[in-house]
Amino acid sequence: MQAYANPQRFVSLARTLTPWTFGVAIALAMTGLYLGLIVAPPDYQQGDAQRIMYVHVPAAWMSMFVYGSMAIASAVAFIWKHPLADVAAKASAPIGAVFTALALVTGMLWGQPMWGTWWVWDARLTSVLILFFLYLGYIVLWSAIEEPTRAARAARILALVGALNIPIIKFSVDWWNTLHQTASVFRVSGPTMPAAMLTPLLIMGLAYTVLYVALLLVRMRMEVAQRRLRTIRLSSEALPA
Amino acid sequence: MRTFRALLWHDVLMGIRSSGGAALSAAFFALIVILTPLGLGPDTTALKTVAPGLFWIAALLATLLGLERVIQPDAEDGTLDLLRLSPLPLELVALAKIFAHWITSGLIISLLAPILAPMLSLSVSAIPTLALSLLIGTLGLSSIGTAAAALGASVQRGGIVLAILVLPLNIPFLIFGASAVSGAQAGTATSQPLMFLTASSLLALVVGPIAAAAALRLNED
Repeated sequence: MQAYANPQRFVSLARTLTPWTFGVAIALAMTGLYLGLIVAPPDYQQGDAQRIMYVHVPAAWMSMFVYGSMAIASAVAFIWKHPLADVAAKASAPIGAVFTALALVTGMLWGQPMWGTWWVWDARLTSVLILFFLYLGYIVLWSAIEEPTRAARAARILALVGALNIPIIKFSVDWWNTLHQTASVFRVSGPTMPAAMLTPLLIMGLAYTVLYVALLLVRMRMEVAQRRLRTIRLSSEALPA
Repeated sequence: MRTFRALLWHDVLMGIRSSGGAALSAAFFALIVILTPLGLGPDTTALKTVAPGLFWIAALLATLLGLERVIQPDAEDGTLDLLRLSPLPLELVALAKIFAHWITSGLIISLLAPILAPMLSLSVSAIPTLALSLLIGTLGLSSIGTAAAALGASVQRGGIVLAILVLPLNIPFLIFGASAVSGAQAGTATSQPLMFLTASSLLALVVGPIAAAAALRLNED
Protein backbone atom coordinates (compact mmCIF):
# COMPACT_ATOMS: atom_id res chain seq x y z
CA MET A 1 0.00 0.00 0.00
CA GLN A 2 2.78 2.40 0.90
CA ALA A 3 4.31 2.13 -2.55
CA TYR A 4 1.13 3.49 -4.08
CA ALA A 5 1.08 6.52 -1.83
CA ASN A 6 2.73 8.18 -4.81
CA PRO A 7 -0.22 9.36 -6.90
CA GLN A 8 1.81 9.20 -10.11
CA ARG A 9 2.63 5.53 -9.59
CA PHE A 10 -0.97 4.81 -8.68
CA VAL A 11 -2.31 6.57 -11.76
CA SER A 12 -0.13 4.58 -14.13
CA LEU A 13 -1.10 1.31 -12.44
CA ALA A 14 -4.77 2.30 -12.51
CA ARG A 15 -4.50 3.14 -16.19
CA THR A 16 -3.32 -0.36 -17.08
CA LEU A 17 -5.84 -2.03 -14.76
CA THR A 18 -8.90 -0.09 -15.92
CA PRO A 19 -9.57 -1.89 -19.25
CA TRP A 20 -8.96 -5.27 -17.63
CA THR A 21 -11.35 -4.68 -14.77
CA PHE A 22 -14.02 -3.38 -17.16
CA GLY A 23 -13.49 -6.43 -19.37
CA VAL A 24 -13.81 -8.85 -16.46
CA ALA A 25 -16.89 -7.04 -15.15
CA ILE A 26 -18.60 -7.18 -18.54
CA ALA A 27 -17.71 -10.84 -19.07
CA LEU A 28 -19.00 -11.77 -15.61
CA ALA A 29 -22.17 -9.74 -16.09
CA MET A 30 -22.85 -11.39 -19.47
CA THR A 31 -22.38 -14.85 -17.98
CA GLY A 32 -24.44 -14.03 -14.93
CA LEU A 33 -27.27 -12.50 -16.95
CA TYR A 34 -27.28 -15.41 -19.42
CA LEU A 35 -27.43 -17.97 -16.59
CA GLY A 36 -29.95 -15.93 -14.66
CA LEU A 37 -32.29 -14.75 -17.39
CA ILE A 38 -32.18 -17.71 -19.79
CA VAL A 39 -30.80 -20.84 -18.15
CA ALA A 40 -32.23 -20.56 -14.62
CA PRO A 41 -35.80 -21.86 -14.18
CA PRO A 42 -38.53 -19.34 -13.37
CA ASP A 43 -39.53 -19.21 -9.74
CA TYR A 44 -42.44 -21.53 -8.98
CA GLN A 45 -44.37 -18.80 -7.23
CA GLN A 46 -43.20 -15.54 -8.73
CA GLY A 47 -42.58 -16.64 -12.31
CA ASP A 48 -40.28 -14.54 -14.45
CA ALA A 49 -40.66 -11.43 -12.33
CA GLN A 50 -38.33 -13.07 -9.84
CA ARG A 51 -35.45 -12.66 -12.31
CA ILE A 52 -35.07 -9.01 -11.32
CA MET A 53 -33.33 -10.46 -8.27
CA TYR A 54 -30.19 -10.94 -10.37
CA VAL A 55 -29.76 -7.19 -10.74
CA HIS A 56 -31.45 -6.16 -7.50
CA VAL A 57 -29.75 -8.24 -4.83
CA PRO A 58 -26.15 -7.53 -5.94
CA ALA A 59 -26.97 -3.81 -6.04
CA ALA A 60 -28.23 -4.01 -2.46
CA TRP A 61 -25.06 -5.87 -1.46
CA MET A 62 -22.94 -3.21 -3.09
CA SER A 63 -24.82 -0.37 -1.41
CA MET A 64 -23.50 -1.65 1.92
CA PHE A 65 -20.14 -2.87 0.65
CA VAL A 66 -19.28 0.52 -0.86
CA TYR A 67 -20.21 2.37 2.33
CA GLY A 68 -18.03 -0.06 4.24
CA SER A 69 -15.06 0.51 1.97
CA MET A 70 -15.67 4.25 2.14
CA ALA A 71 -15.54 4.11 5.94
CA ILE A 72 -12.40 1.95 5.88
CA ALA A 73 -10.73 4.32 3.41
CA SER A 74 -11.67 7.23 5.68
CA ALA A 75 -10.20 5.45 8.70
CA VAL A 76 -7.00 4.78 6.75
CA ALA A 77 -6.85 8.45 5.79
CA PHE A 78 -7.47 9.47 9.38
CA ILE A 79 -4.87 7.18 10.95
CA TRP A 80 -2.09 6.87 8.37
CA LYS A 81 -2.73 10.00 6.32
CA HIS A 82 -2.47 7.90 3.18
CA PRO A 83 -2.85 10.51 0.44
CA LEU A 84 -5.01 8.33 -1.81
CA ALA A 85 -7.39 7.08 0.86
CA ASP A 86 -9.42 10.30 0.81
CA VAL A 87 -9.47 10.15 -2.96
CA ALA A 88 -10.77 6.58 -2.82
CA ALA A 89 -13.47 7.50 -0.29
CA LYS A 90 -14.58 10.50 -2.31
CA ALA A 91 -14.61 8.50 -5.54
CA SER A 92 -16.63 5.71 -3.91
CA ALA A 93 -19.52 7.85 -2.72
CA PRO A 94 -21.31 8.56 -6.02
CA ILE A 95 -20.82 4.94 -7.14
CA GLY A 96 -22.31 3.73 -3.87
CA ALA A 97 -25.19 6.18 -4.15
CA VAL A 98 -25.98 4.89 -7.65
CA PHE A 99 -25.88 1.25 -6.49
CA THR A 100 -28.22 2.19 -3.64
CA ALA A 101 -30.59 4.00 -5.97
CA LEU A 102 -30.48 1.00 -8.32
CA ALA A 103 -31.35 -1.34 -5.45
CA LEU A 104 -34.28 0.89 -4.48
CA VAL A 105 -35.60 1.31 -8.03
CA THR A 106 -35.33 -2.37 -8.98
CA GLY A 107 -36.91 -3.23 -5.62
CA MET A 108 -39.84 -0.96 -6.40
CA LEU A 109 -40.21 -2.44 -9.87
CA TRP A 110 -40.35 -5.88 -8.29
CA GLY A 111 -42.66 -4.78 -5.49
CA GLN A 112 -45.36 -3.52 -7.83
CA PRO A 113 -46.29 -6.93 -9.35
CA MET A 114 -45.36 -8.96 -6.25
CA TRP A 115 -46.68 -6.96 -3.33
CA GLY A 116 -49.12 -4.92 -5.41
CA THR A 117 -47.52 -1.64 -4.34
CA TRP A 118 -44.47 0.37 -5.29
CA TRP A 119 -43.41 1.06 -1.76
CA VAL A 120 -43.92 -0.41 1.68
CA TRP A 121 -42.32 0.88 4.85
CA ASP A 122 -40.52 -2.39 5.35
CA ALA A 123 -37.49 -2.27 7.62
CA ARG A 124 -35.03 -3.14 4.90
CA LEU A 125 -36.41 -0.69 2.36
CA THR A 126 -36.39 2.05 4.95
CA SER A 127 -32.81 1.48 6.01
CA VAL A 128 -31.59 1.34 2.41
CA LEU A 129 -33.40 4.62 1.77
CA ILE A 130 -31.69 6.19 4.79
CA LEU A 131 -28.37 4.83 3.55
CA PHE A 132 -29.01 6.66 0.29
CA PHE A 133 -29.42 9.91 2.21
CA LEU A 134 -26.22 9.25 4.14
CA TYR A 135 -24.42 8.96 0.79
CA LEU A 136 -26.02 12.22 -0.32
CA GLY A 137 -24.91 14.01 2.82
CA TYR A 138 -21.35 12.80 2.30
CA ILE A 139 -21.34 13.97 -1.34
CA VAL A 140 -22.87 17.31 -0.37
CA LEU A 141 -20.22 17.91 2.30
CA TRP A 142 -17.46 17.30 -0.25
CA SER A 143 -18.95 19.72 -2.72
CA ALA A 144 -19.76 22.34 -0.09
CA ILE A 145 -16.15 22.88 1.00
CA GLU A 146 -14.07 24.29 -1.75
CA GLU A 147 -10.55 23.48 -0.67
CA PRO A 148 -9.94 19.73 -1.22
CA THR A 149 -7.70 19.08 1.80
CA ARG A 150 -10.15 20.75 4.14
CA ALA A 151 -13.11 18.98 2.57
CA ALA A 152 -11.28 15.67 2.86
CA ARG A 153 -10.72 16.15 6.59
CA ALA A 154 -14.36 16.97 7.23
CA ALA A 155 -15.61 14.14 5.03
CA ARG A 156 -13.45 11.58 6.85
CA ILE A 157 -15.09 12.39 10.16
CA LEU A 158 -18.55 12.32 8.62
CA ALA A 159 -17.94 8.91 7.04
CA LEU A 160 -16.73 7.48 10.34
CA VAL A 161 -19.57 8.98 12.39
CA GLY A 162 -21.97 7.66 9.75
CA ALA A 163 -20.45 4.20 9.93
CA LEU A 164 -20.81 4.23 13.73
CA ASN A 165 -24.40 5.32 13.36
CA ILE A 166 -25.49 2.82 10.72
CA PRO A 167 -25.94 -0.09 13.18
CA ILE A 168 -27.99 2.15 15.48
CA ILE A 169 -30.15 3.41 12.62
CA LYS A 170 -30.58 -0.15 11.37
CA PHE A 171 -31.56 -1.33 14.83
CA SER A 172 -34.00 1.50 15.39
CA VAL A 173 -35.65 0.95 12.01
CA ASP A 174 -35.98 -2.80 12.63
CA TRP A 175 -37.44 -2.09 16.05
CA TRP A 176 -39.82 0.50 14.62
CA ASN A 177 -40.92 -1.91 11.92
CA THR A 178 -41.73 -4.77 14.27
CA LEU A 179 -43.74 -2.27 16.30
CA HIS A 180 -45.84 -1.17 13.32
CA GLN A 181 -46.57 -4.49 11.68
CA THR A 182 -46.88 -3.89 7.94
CA ALA A 183 -49.74 -5.37 5.99
CA SER A 184 -47.84 -6.78 3.03
CA VAL A 185 -47.26 -10.47 2.56
CA PHE A 186 -43.82 -11.71 3.38
CA ARG A 187 -42.75 -15.27 3.09
CA VAL A 188 -40.79 -15.60 6.29
CA SER A 189 -39.02 -18.81 5.35
CA GLY A 190 -38.96 -19.10 1.60
CA PRO A 191 -37.56 -22.26 0.00
CA THR A 192 -33.80 -22.35 0.07
CA MET A 193 -32.41 -21.20 -3.21
CA PRO A 194 -31.53 -23.90 -5.76
CA ALA A 195 -28.04 -23.85 -7.28
CA ALA A 196 -29.42 -22.87 -10.70
CA MET A 197 -30.46 -19.57 -9.17
CA LEU A 198 -27.69 -19.13 -6.64
CA THR A 199 -24.83 -19.47 -9.16
CA PRO A 200 -25.96 -16.63 -11.44
CA LEU A 201 -26.67 -14.50 -8.38
CA LEU A 202 -23.16 -14.98 -7.05
CA ILE A 203 -21.66 -14.34 -10.49
CA MET A 204 -23.65 -11.11 -10.72
CA GLY A 205 -22.44 -10.13 -7.27
CA LEU A 206 -18.88 -10.63 -8.42
CA ALA A 207 -19.58 -8.67 -11.62
CA TYR A 208 -20.90 -5.73 -9.60
CA THR A 209 -17.87 -5.81 -7.32
CA VAL A 210 -15.42 -5.79 -10.22
CA LEU A 211 -17.46 -3.05 -11.87
CA TYR A 212 -17.14 -1.03 -8.68
CA VAL A 213 -13.37 -1.48 -8.76
CA ALA A 214 -13.26 -0.42 -12.42
CA LEU A 215 -15.38 2.69 -11.84
CA LEU A 216 -13.42 3.48 -8.70
CA LEU A 217 -10.13 3.40 -10.62
CA VAL A 218 -11.52 5.75 -13.27
CA ARG A 219 -12.95 8.15 -10.71
CA MET A 220 -9.79 8.13 -8.62
CA ARG A 221 -7.70 8.97 -11.68
CA MET A 222 -10.10 11.76 -12.47
CA GLU A 223 -9.86 13.08 -8.91
CA VAL A 224 -6.05 13.02 -8.97
CA ALA A 225 -6.09 14.85 -12.31
CA GLN A 226 -8.54 17.42 -10.98
CA ARG A 227 -6.39 18.14 -7.96
CA ARG A 228 -3.35 18.54 -10.15
CA LEU A 229 -5.28 20.91 -12.40
CA ARG A 230 -6.31 22.92 -9.36
CA THR A 231 -2.72 23.19 -8.18
CA ILE A 232 -1.57 24.32 -11.61
CA ARG A 233 -4.34 26.90 -11.81
CA LEU A 234 -3.63 28.25 -8.35
CA SER A 235 0.09 28.49 -8.92
CA SER A 236 -0.40 30.25 -12.26
CA GLU A 237 -2.77 32.71 -10.58
CA ALA A 238 -0.24 33.34 -7.87
CA LEU A 239 2.40 34.37 -10.41
CA PRO A 240 2.14 37.98 -11.55
CA ALA A 241 1.26 38.20 -15.22
CA MET B 1 -13.87 23.63 35.13
CA ARG B 2 -14.07 27.40 35.48
CA THR B 3 -13.26 27.80 31.82
CA PHE B 4 -15.93 25.25 30.97
CA ARG B 5 -18.53 27.10 32.98
CA ALA B 6 -17.52 30.45 31.54
CA LEU B 7 -17.73 29.13 28.01
CA LEU B 8 -21.08 27.50 28.67
CA TRP B 9 -22.46 30.71 30.18
CA HIS B 10 -21.10 32.80 27.32
CA ASP B 11 -22.64 30.54 24.69
CA VAL B 12 -25.99 30.41 26.45
CA LEU B 13 -26.08 34.20 26.65
CA MET B 14 -25.10 34.46 23.00
CA GLY B 15 -27.80 31.97 22.13
CA ILE B 16 -30.45 33.94 23.99
CA ARG B 17 -29.37 37.38 22.82
CA SER B 18 -28.43 36.81 19.22
CA SER B 19 -31.04 37.00 16.55
CA GLY B 20 -31.75 33.51 15.31
CA GLY B 21 -31.24 32.26 18.82
CA ALA B 22 -33.35 30.50 21.40
CA ALA B 23 -36.51 32.50 20.81
CA LEU B 24 -36.42 31.76 17.11
CA SER B 25 -36.16 28.01 17.50
CA ALA B 26 -38.97 28.03 20.07
CA ALA B 27 -41.14 30.09 17.74
CA PHE B 28 -40.32 27.79 14.84
CA PHE B 29 -41.27 24.75 16.93
CA ALA B 30 -44.58 26.34 17.90
CA LEU B 31 -45.29 27.33 14.30
CA ILE B 32 -44.83 23.79 12.98
CA VAL B 33 -47.26 22.55 15.62
CA ILE B 34 -49.77 25.29 14.83
CA LEU B 35 -49.54 24.78 11.07
CA THR B 36 -50.43 21.10 11.34
CA PRO B 37 -54.14 21.48 12.15
CA LEU B 38 -54.34 24.10 9.41
CA GLY B 39 -52.97 21.57 6.95
CA LEU B 40 -54.69 18.42 8.20
CA GLY B 41 -57.97 19.88 9.34
CA PRO B 42 -59.25 20.33 12.89
CA ASP B 43 -60.40 16.71 13.35
CA THR B 44 -59.25 15.91 16.88
CA THR B 45 -58.93 12.14 16.43
CA ALA B 46 -56.67 12.59 13.40
CA LEU B 47 -54.57 15.17 15.22
CA LYS B 48 -54.30 12.90 18.22
CA THR B 49 -52.77 10.09 16.17
CA VAL B 50 -50.20 12.28 14.43
CA ALA B 51 -49.33 14.38 17.50
CA PRO B 52 -46.51 12.23 18.99
CA GLY B 53 -44.65 11.96 15.70
CA LEU B 54 -45.32 15.55 14.83
CA PHE B 55 -43.89 16.94 18.05
CA TRP B 56 -40.77 14.92 17.44
CA ILE B 57 -40.42 15.99 13.81
CA ALA B 58 -40.87 19.59 14.94
CA ALA B 59 -38.16 19.06 17.57
CA LEU B 60 -35.77 17.62 14.95
CA LEU B 61 -36.30 20.62 12.69
CA ALA B 62 -36.25 23.24 15.45
CA THR B 63 -32.98 22.03 16.97
CA LEU B 64 -31.50 22.17 13.48
CA LEU B 65 -32.22 25.86 13.33
CA GLY B 66 -29.73 27.06 15.90
CA LEU B 67 -26.84 24.91 14.74
CA GLU B 68 -25.37 27.51 12.43
CA ARG B 69 -24.61 29.79 15.35
CA VAL B 70 -22.87 27.11 17.44
CA ILE B 71 -19.47 27.13 15.77
CA GLN B 72 -19.68 29.39 12.74
CA PRO B 73 -19.56 32.81 14.49
CA ASP B 74 -16.61 31.65 16.61
CA ALA B 75 -14.81 30.49 13.49
CA GLU B 76 -15.45 33.82 11.77
CA ASP B 77 -14.40 36.21 14.53
CA GLY B 78 -11.37 34.25 15.69
CA THR B 79 -12.79 33.03 19.00
CA LEU B 80 -12.15 29.50 17.83
CA ASP B 81 -8.42 30.11 17.54
CA LEU B 82 -8.34 31.32 21.13
CA LEU B 83 -10.35 28.32 22.25
CA ARG B 84 -7.77 26.07 20.61
CA LEU B 85 -5.07 27.79 22.65
CA SER B 86 -7.01 27.53 25.91
CA PRO B 87 -6.08 24.83 28.47
CA LEU B 88 -9.54 23.31 28.08
CA PRO B 89 -9.41 20.24 25.79
CA LEU B 90 -11.38 20.73 22.58
CA GLU B 91 -13.60 17.80 23.53
CA LEU B 92 -14.80 19.79 26.56
CA VAL B 93 -15.13 22.92 24.46
CA ALA B 94 -17.41 20.91 22.21
CA LEU B 95 -19.31 19.56 25.20
CA ALA B 96 -19.87 23.09 26.53
CA LYS B 97 -21.20 24.09 23.13
CA ILE B 98 -23.48 21.06 23.06
CA PHE B 99 -24.94 21.93 26.46
CA ALA B 100 -25.29 25.57 25.49
CA HIS B 101 -27.13 24.63 22.31
CA TRP B 102 -29.32 22.23 24.25
CA ILE B 103 -30.24 24.86 26.86
CA THR B 104 -31.17 27.37 24.18
CA SER B 105 -33.12 24.91 22.01
CA GLY B 106 -33.93 21.46 23.40
CA LEU B 107 -34.66 22.56 26.95
CA ILE B 108 -36.95 25.37 25.81
CA ILE B 109 -38.72 23.08 23.37
CA SER B 110 -39.28 20.50 26.10
CA LEU B 111 -40.85 23.16 28.31
CA LEU B 112 -42.93 24.52 25.44
CA ALA B 113 -44.25 21.17 24.21
CA PRO B 114 -46.57 20.45 27.19
CA ILE B 115 -48.21 23.84 26.63
CA LEU B 116 -48.74 23.11 22.94
CA ALA B 117 -49.82 19.50 23.51
CA PRO B 118 -53.56 20.26 23.99
CA MET B 119 -53.59 22.05 20.63
CA LEU B 120 -53.00 18.71 18.91
CA SER B 121 -55.30 17.02 21.44
CA LEU B 122 -52.53 14.83 22.76
CA SER B 123 -53.78 12.81 25.75
CA VAL B 124 -53.01 14.46 29.05
CA SER B 125 -51.53 11.18 30.24
CA ALA B 126 -48.89 11.38 27.47
CA ILE B 127 -47.71 14.89 28.32
CA PRO B 128 -45.13 13.91 30.98
CA THR B 129 -43.64 11.35 28.58
CA LEU B 130 -43.57 13.94 25.82
CA ALA B 131 -41.64 16.40 27.98
CA LEU B 132 -39.32 13.73 29.35
CA SER B 133 -38.56 12.17 25.97
CA LEU B 134 -37.87 15.60 24.45
CA LEU B 135 -35.66 16.50 27.40
CA ILE B 136 -33.57 13.36 26.95
CA GLY B 137 -33.63 13.13 23.18
CA THR B 138 -32.82 16.73 22.31
CA LEU B 139 -29.55 16.34 24.21
CA GLY B 140 -28.56 13.71 21.63
CA LEU B 141 -29.84 15.92 18.82
CA SER B 142 -27.68 18.82 20.05
CA SER B 143 -24.71 16.50 20.33
CA ILE B 144 -24.88 15.17 16.79
CA GLY B 145 -25.82 18.60 15.51
CA THR B 146 -22.80 20.25 17.10
CA ALA B 147 -20.48 17.66 15.56
CA ALA B 148 -22.01 18.40 12.16
CA ALA B 149 -21.77 22.15 12.79
CA ALA B 150 -18.06 21.72 13.49
CA LEU B 151 -17.69 19.80 10.23
CA GLY B 152 -19.53 22.49 8.34
CA ALA B 153 -17.78 25.40 10.03
CA SER B 154 -15.87 26.17 6.86
CA VAL B 155 -18.99 26.07 4.68
CA GLN B 156 -20.48 29.42 3.77
CA ARG B 157 -24.19 29.56 4.58
CA GLY B 158 -24.14 25.87 5.42
CA GLY B 159 -27.67 25.66 6.78
CA ILE B 160 -29.04 23.29 4.16
CA VAL B 161 -25.85 21.25 4.16
CA LEU B 162 -26.19 20.83 7.92
CA ALA B 163 -29.78 19.66 7.50
CA ILE B 164 -28.77 16.98 5.02
CA LEU B 165 -25.91 15.81 7.22
CA VAL B 166 -27.83 15.77 10.47
CA LEU B 167 -31.35 14.58 9.70
CA PRO B 168 -30.51 11.00 8.58
CA LEU B 169 -28.30 10.54 11.64
CA ASN B 170 -31.13 11.71 13.89
CA ILE B 171 -33.63 9.11 12.72
CA PRO B 172 -33.15 6.84 15.79
CA PHE B 173 -34.13 9.71 18.10
CA LEU B 174 -37.28 10.34 16.09
CA ILE B 175 -38.24 6.67 16.14
CA PHE B 176 -37.65 6.06 19.84
CA GLY B 177 -38.97 9.43 20.98
CA ALA B 178 -42.16 9.34 18.94
CA SER B 179 -42.95 5.77 19.89
CA ALA B 180 -42.44 6.51 23.58
CA VAL B 181 -45.01 9.28 23.34
CA SER B 182 -47.50 7.29 21.29
CA GLY B 183 -47.00 4.39 23.70
CA ALA B 184 -47.89 6.67 26.58
CA GLN B 185 -50.94 7.87 24.71
CA ALA B 186 -52.08 4.32 23.95
CA GLY B 187 -51.44 3.31 27.52
CA THR B 188 -48.77 0.74 26.75
CA ALA B 189 -45.37 0.50 28.40
CA THR B 190 -43.04 3.35 27.52
CA SER B 191 -39.92 2.25 29.34
CA GLN B 192 -38.40 0.35 26.40
CA PRO B 193 -38.38 3.21 23.87
CA LEU B 194 -37.38 5.66 26.59
CA MET B 195 -34.43 3.51 27.54
CA PHE B 196 -33.36 3.14 23.91
CA LEU B 197 -33.73 6.89 23.55
CA THR B 198 -31.57 7.48 26.60
CA ALA B 199 -28.97 5.02 25.32
CA SER B 200 -28.86 6.78 21.94
CA SER B 201 -28.50 10.15 23.62
CA LEU B 202 -25.72 8.95 25.90
CA LEU B 203 -23.86 7.42 22.99
CA ALA B 204 -24.30 10.62 21.01
CA LEU B 205 -22.95 12.57 23.98
CA VAL B 206 -19.79 10.45 23.80
CA VAL B 207 -19.34 10.40 20.03
CA GLY B 208 -20.48 13.98 19.44
CA PRO B 209 -17.77 15.86 21.40
CA ILE B 210 -15.04 13.55 20.08
CA ALA B 211 -16.13 14.02 16.46
CA ALA B 212 -16.65 17.75 16.94
CA ALA B 213 -13.21 18.13 18.52
CA ALA B 214 -11.62 16.17 15.69
CA ALA B 215 -13.38 18.42 13.20
CA LEU B 216 -12.25 21.58 15.02
CA ARG B 217 -8.70 20.28 15.21
CA LEU B 218 -8.54 19.29 11.56
CA ASN B 219 -9.78 22.61 10.33
CA GLU B 220 -6.96 24.55 11.92
CA ASP B 221 -4.16 25.53 9.59
